[in-house]
This record gives sequence, C-alpha cells and structure tokens, in this order.
Amino acid sequence: MAHGFAMEKRVTFKGMWLPLLLIAPQIVITAVFFFYPAGQAIWQSLFIPDPFGLSMQWVGLGNFEFLLKDPFYRASFVTTAIFSTLVTVVSMGVALYLAVLADRLIKGSGTYRTLLIWPYAVAPAVAGVLWLFMFNTRVGVVTWYLGLLGYDWNHVLNDSEAMGLVVVASAWGRVSYNFLFFLAGLQAIPKSVIEAAAIDGARFWTRFRTIVFPLLSPTTFFLLVVNIIYAFFETFGVIHTITGGGPQQATTILVYKVYSDGFVGQDLGSSAAQSVILLVIVSILTVVQFKYIERRVHY
Amino acid sequence: MATVTLENLRKSYGKTEVIHGVDIDITDGEFIVIVGPSGCGKSTLLRMVAGLETVTSGDIQIDGRNVNSVEPMDRDIAMVFQNYALYPHMSVFDNMAYGLKIAKVPKDEIAKRVANAAEILQLEPYLKRKPRELSGGQRQRVAMGRAIVRKPAVFLFDEPLSNLDAKLRVQMRLEIKALQRDLGVTSLYVTHDQVEAMTLADRMIVMNSGVADQIGKPLDVYADPATEFVAGFIGSPPTNFLDAGQLGRRVEGGAKVGIRPEHIRIVPQTETDFAGKVVYSEPLGAETLVHLKLLDGEDVTVRQEGALPIPEEGESCGLSWEAKDEMIFSEDGSRVRQSGS
Amino acid sequence: MAQQDGMVEKRGGGLWLTHLGMIIGVAFIFFPIWLAFVASTVEQQAIVRPPMPLLPGDKLVENYTRALTSGVNAPVAMMLMNSVIMALGIAIGKIAISLLSAFAIVYFRFPGRHLFFWLIFLTLMLPVEVRIVPTYEVIANFGMLNSYSGLILPLIASATATFLFRQFFMTVPDELAEAARVDGAKPMRFFFDILLPMSRTNIAALFVILFIYGWNQYLWPLLITTDPSMNTIVMGIKQMFPSGDDTADWPVIMATSILAMIPPVLVVIGMQRLFVRGLVESEK
Repeated sequence: MAHGFAMEKRVTFKGMWLPLLLIAPQIVITAVFFFYPAGQAIWQSLFIPDPFGLSMQWVGLGNFEFLLKDPFYRASFVTTAIFSTLVTVVSMGVALYLAVLADRLIKGSGTYRTLLIWPYAVAPAVAGVLWLFMFNTRVGVVTWYLGLLGYDWNHVLNDSEAMGLVVVASAWGRVSYNFLFFLAGLQAIPKSVIEAAAIDGARFWTRFRTIVFPLLSPTTFFLLVVNIIYAFFETFGVIHTITGGGPQQATTILVYKVYSDGFVGQDLGSSAAQSVILLVIVSILTVVQFKYIERRVHY
Repeated sequence: MATVTLENLRKSYGKTEVIHGVDIDITDGEFIVIVGPSGCGKSTLLRMVAGLETVTSGDIQIDGRNVNSVEPMDRDIAMVFQNYALYPHMSVFDNMAYGLKIAKVPKDEIAKRVANAAEILQLEPYLKRKPRELSGGQRQRVAMGRAIVRKPAVFLFDEPLSNLDAKLRVQMRLEIKALQRDLGVTSLYVTHDQVEAMTLADRMIVMNSGVADQIGKPLDVYADPATEFVAGFIGSPPTNFLDAGQLGRRVEGGAKVGIRPEHIRIVPQTETDFAGKVVYSEPLGAETLVHLKLLDGEDVTVRQEGALPIPEEGESCGLSWEAKDEMIFSEDGSRVRQSGS
Repeated sequence: MAQQDGMVEKRGGGLWLTHLGMIIGVAFIFFPIWLAFVASTVEQQAIVRPPMPLLPGDKLVENYTRALTSGVNAPVAMMLMNSVIMALGIAIGKIAISLLSAFAIVYFRFPGRHLFFWLIFLTLMLPVEVRIVPTYEVIANFGMLNSYSGLILPLIASATATFLFRQFFMTVPDELAEAARVDGAKPMRFFFDILLPMSRTNIAALFVILFIYGWNQYLWPLLITTDPSMNTIVMGIKQMFPSGDDTADWPVIMATSILAMIPPVLVVIGMQRLFVRGLVESEK
C-alpha cells in the first residue's frame, strides 16, 4: 500500500467536475460520520457537562488529567494490556500450530481449511454466546464436567476465570484468520530451502526454529499488529455478551469503558477524552503497521 | 487516406523541453518510421500525433486539418500499442469491435468489418477467444485488427514488435509491410530497432534527444548521414570515429572522421602508415568482423568478406580506405561537407 | 507428490500424527458450534438439567420455527431480514463509493486530489468504536435512529476498500486507457466497459469480507436500534437473555445463534477461493 503513494498514472482523463462528483459520496460520508464526530470527540473531551446536562464547562485537559489519575481507568489500561496480549498469543499460537500441520499435509489440507474457516464468519458477539453457553454457571456443559472433577467454575464471581473465558472466546474466533495468513506464509517459503536444510541434517524442530520461523516473521509481525487492533476494538461483542465488563470491572477493556461511561454512565466529557486516547493508540498502531509495510516493500 | 504535417512541433514538461521542434510533410500512403534510442522523444512524438499527449507549441495537421486540440477518437487515427493493450475480459471479436460500437456503427456493418479484418489477419478461428488464450503473435494480430476495422486515415505503431521473439519479429515485420502496402494507409511507426526502420520505412526520422537529426529514405540516410549521431546509430556494426588529429593530416573544419567498418580494408603494413593490433575476430560466415586497437588505444572495427584471410590475434595490420568514404564531423557533431568530395 | 515430499519426513506414523493433530484442532474449533447446534435441537428440560446431551435431539423443527416466527422480543426472521439489509447495504455501498472515489483519484487530476486522498486515508485510524458517542449524536440529530440508513451510512465509508481498488487500478496498464481513448470511450464508458469488468474478482473478494464485516456488527446496532423490530440478529441474541434470575430460553437462543451464523458461513464457504485470495492480498 504505502509504496503506492508516490505512483502516478501517466494517463488521465480530462475534466474537473466529473472526478469531484465521483469522489463526493465518499468525502461527504467521511466528513459527516468520521471527521465531524472525531472533532466533536476532541472538543467534548475539553469540557464537563453540568449535573443537569444543560451547559458545558471548559476544563481544558482536565478530563485527561482526571482520567490518568483515575484508578479505574488505569486498571482498565492494565486489563486491556493483559487481555490483548493473551488473545494475540493464544490465537496466533493455535493458528500457527494448525498451519504448520496443514502445510505438512498435501492431501486433505483443503478440507481442513474449509472446516477451520468457519469461525471467521461467526460474529464476536455470537462467539461470546457460544462460549457463555458452555461455561454457564448453571447449565454449562464444561462447567458441569469441571464440577465432576471437583473444580467449581464461576466466571461471574471469579476475576481470572472471567478473563480466561473472554480471552478464549475472542481468540477462538480469530484462529481462522491467523491460520489463513500463516498457511499462506508457510506455503510461500520455497520447498527447496526446507529440503536444503533437511540435507544439512536439520530435524523438523530445528528446521522450524532456524529456517521456517525467521522466514515467516513478516507474516507474524503483520498478524501481531492486526490482532492487537482486533483485541482492542472488535472484541466488544464478546465482552458485552459474556461478562458485561465484570466482575467488578475485571474485564472492562478501554473500548468497553468508553461505551459504559458514555452510554450507561452518561459521562460525556470523560467518554470523549477516552475516545481521544483510543484515537491516539489506533493512530500509533496504524503508523507502525504502515511503516512496516513500507519497509517490506523495499526488501 | 491522408497526409500528415508536423510544423515546428514542440513538447515541454514544465520547463524541460523534450521535443525541440520537428517538421515533416508526410504524403498520402507513406510509411514513416521514427527511430532513435530510448528517451529520444520518439514515442512522445507519436503520442502527440495520436492525441494522447498535448502539444506545447507548433501544429499537427491530418489531411490539412489542424488537430492540436482534437480528441484521439476524432482524429481518424488508429494505434497499435507496444503491449497490444487488448481488453483482457473481451473476446477477440469484441476487442476489435469495441471502437465501432462506441461510434454506433450498425451491427451488421461491425460484423462485416471484423470478419474482413479477421480474414486478412488469419484470426478467424480465434474470434471467440480471450486475449490470454492467444500466443504473442496472435495478440499482435488482434491489435492490428483493432486498428484495421476502424478504417482510419493514419496508422500509428508504437514499438509493436518489441514484445515478440526474434523469429516472430521478422515474420510480423514482413506482414506489417505487406499489409500497409495493400491498404495504402499513411503510417507512423516508432521503433528503436534500426533493422525495422531500414526495412519498413519509405522515409525515416532519426531522433536524437528531441531533435529530428535527419529525415530521409533509409539508404540515403545510411549513405549520407547528416550528423555524427546518425552515422553512429544507423549501420551495424556502428561507424568508427577517429580524431582528426590522429590521421596525421589536417581536416578542414572537422574534429572527427567517421568511416564505416565495411569501408575499411586490412592491408599489409607497408602499404599504409595507419595501423592497429588485432584484438579479436568474429567470423560470421558471410562476413568477418575484425576488432583492432590503434596505437593510441582507440578501437576500430573492420567488416570484411568472409572469404578473405582472417588476421591472427595480436597481429599488427595496416588499415586503408578511400577518401570518398570519409565522413567529417565538426565539434558539435554536425557534418562538414567539403567542396568536391 | 507423496514420494517427493517424503524427503522432508512425512511418512507413515508421522502422517497419521499430523492428521490426528489437525483433527484435535478442528474439534476444538468446532466443538462450541456443535454444542450450540445440539442445544438448538433439544427441549429446554434437557439443557437446564445438566449435563446436556452431546447428540442432537428431535426438536429441531419446533425450536427453529419458534425462533423464526416469535423469538423472544422480535421474530428472528425479522432480525435476519434486518441483518441481510444491513450487511448488503454496507457491502454494496462501500464497494460502490470506493470504486468511484478510487477511479477519480487514479484517473483524474483535479484540485484537492491529494487532500481528499489523505482525508480518506485518515479514516483508517477512526474505527466506529473510537468516535462512538458523537457519531451517535449525529445519527440522532438526523433522526436516523432505528433506521436502515442509520445502521448503514456511518459504516459505509472506509479507506480499506478505496485503497484496495486504487492499488488494483494502478496495476491496470496505462495503454488500456489509451486504447480506450483512441477507441473513443469517454471516462465513464471506460469505467463501466473496461475497469469494472476487470475488477470483478477484486469486487467479489471484497464483497465477502465486507458482507461479514457488516453482518457481524454489534456495538453500532446495539446503540441505534432501540426498537426490537429493527434489531439485527447478531445484537438481538444478547437481548434474548432475560434480565434477573429468569432462566434463558436456551433452545431458541441457540437456534438463533446457528441462524446468525448460516448466512456468513455460506458466503465464506461458497466463495472460499476468492475470499482467501482477497483477504491475504488486500490486508498485506
């Protein structure tokens, strides 16, 4: 993508109004639904509304100061960090394991791929419901069998069990996506390189560690960034369906807090300030991703 | 059928001028080849005639009508592109018919014209195929067919053969020439290949950094190059250039003397005071190319009959030529014509 | 193939181990879906007295009929319809406006071109979750709560699709546009006759990705559809859980979950090859 910025077509059509007309729908929608709201978020983050919601009081960076001192917000940061690390590691780990296996198979890898693609089509919110059902404290199958083993599962009360459940449910839906990329990455490694290593006497694990994994690193890095973005934003549905951010905010990640403070708590100034902080985080992630893609192109 | 006139045609990109004023009158049915090295402006010139590049100053007339600001489709031209530019999702028939459909030519007329072109180009069995199912030569023919069906006043060819392999290139070259003769359509043909230029052209334009160095019949250009560049570019192997001082005699107004390899003879050293050492020889059968190094280190190539004895490597030989074959060039590369020669 | 590959140890026992590993993985991925399916075919009694069976029961038709026609708050058939409209609206709308703007940016020189390009580019950094409250206010001010346009429009502009098409248009040889000009095609004719047909594999792949993106939206419909008759199926499932201590109607909820999966799964499996290519190419 990035390398294309400088490229220009030699051939162009004449005219000024036609292109403006063509680009207008996207620009209008972008302005109304992207830039105006984003501007509003920044603007609102500088105010607090009075208790009756009738007027706004200018507080400058007060909302941000307050947020950064707020133990709940800080806790949410830590939660987000733990959550996204776990989701990324679990989903990429499982996906890499399956991709390595699928790459070893010549026959049947298509069938497995078709089966493994399924969860990609399952919405995070639906994934949440499926996992909630399995671990439901009253009717969940897994809960019941764990009970037989003497383990009393209760994610409604237990912080780490709640975290574990939202992590697994989020990672589950993500395995397909990562699997497809890892498989494509593995299949792009020339067979001759692997064969040369085999002739050099490297066993499977050594080959994987010294040849395959390094050659796969572009894919891995790309997935790392994309999965972190996913864990930050798109897992809202999982958390909303399974834990609702609880117990006691144990699974309240940043996006969830924007929602709960803004819509449930009606604290618009704080919610807007949180949006702005998220905006900064996405921007950094996006820039990292693009810088990286740019570098890849110049190999 | 039409005449094409270029008058002091110039093209600039910003402040950089890339075509420095080209003039030519092309008569009806003439085959003009624009030849030159890459970056000399030959394609730009053709694209200006096509209407794909704007004219900075000067005039282009097709059949006496100034077309400077006329859209390509209204110039009554057809163009064959280097990469053929076939529409990949359309069949051969649709590719050829597309321009006619836009021009709202009646359906039966389109069918007739495409069938006719397909017959001429032996494309009849392939009309329903997509371009990707064709060989390079067939794609080339489709591109030609697309030009033919429009019955244009002028054909424009932009290096049409450069993507073909050597053997096919020779064959298509002959086909293009024959086709152009049959149809009698005025043609402009751009190439960097001097063999194509020599064989196809009625007249050729030799371009050098945006200037038409010489316009003339191929053999005239070969025999009597107007500039040092033309002398070096047309003819293979290229003309040898020697510093005038080296020849040991004064050459009036000239800085360099050019002699074509085929005009130099190898003679015993006793017969001439001009000599060199053989570096290597390339016997090609009908002829032999002998590469020599002069005493001051300059390289000279001699082209001689294959039947003549081939000198040994390292052997010193005398070199001789006739004075009438000398071409004298001044410091700035222009030809110096001496009275009486 | 098998012999040739044998060199890098893939024989006999190793091969079976690989298959076994794959099967365990697939089982892990599939188990939640299987369980949901089983739950959607039994009666409530079989679920609330754990452990629930692991093989399907005989209430499939009954449960699904109940879900589709009455559901809990709104019939699921209605929610499915809403989801289809939203997902198609987002996918088709995004593709249409992105094709047009990419065409303008690549094939024209006009004032503000670079500015517009960067404006579109910046939207990459603005997922709906980041601007959620103000966007909600915009929709509310336009009176678009509980409407399809409110569901669709804010999600329709995105840089990704525009970039993909721009990228693809850049690879279309210049000479094709020149040939079209010589053939007398005006810009829009070139767009419809040449560019659009040439982009069809890209369009199809993008359609799959965007359809699923639209179908799987959760937070946005949750905010702006307060009227149950406008609920989409993905967000509607959560609304089926009772508040307080009442027991959820699990068979209907699970039937709804399965129904919520079927359309996107069909799209993905049906267009698998295009989709995989589009995914791996567009996001890299």
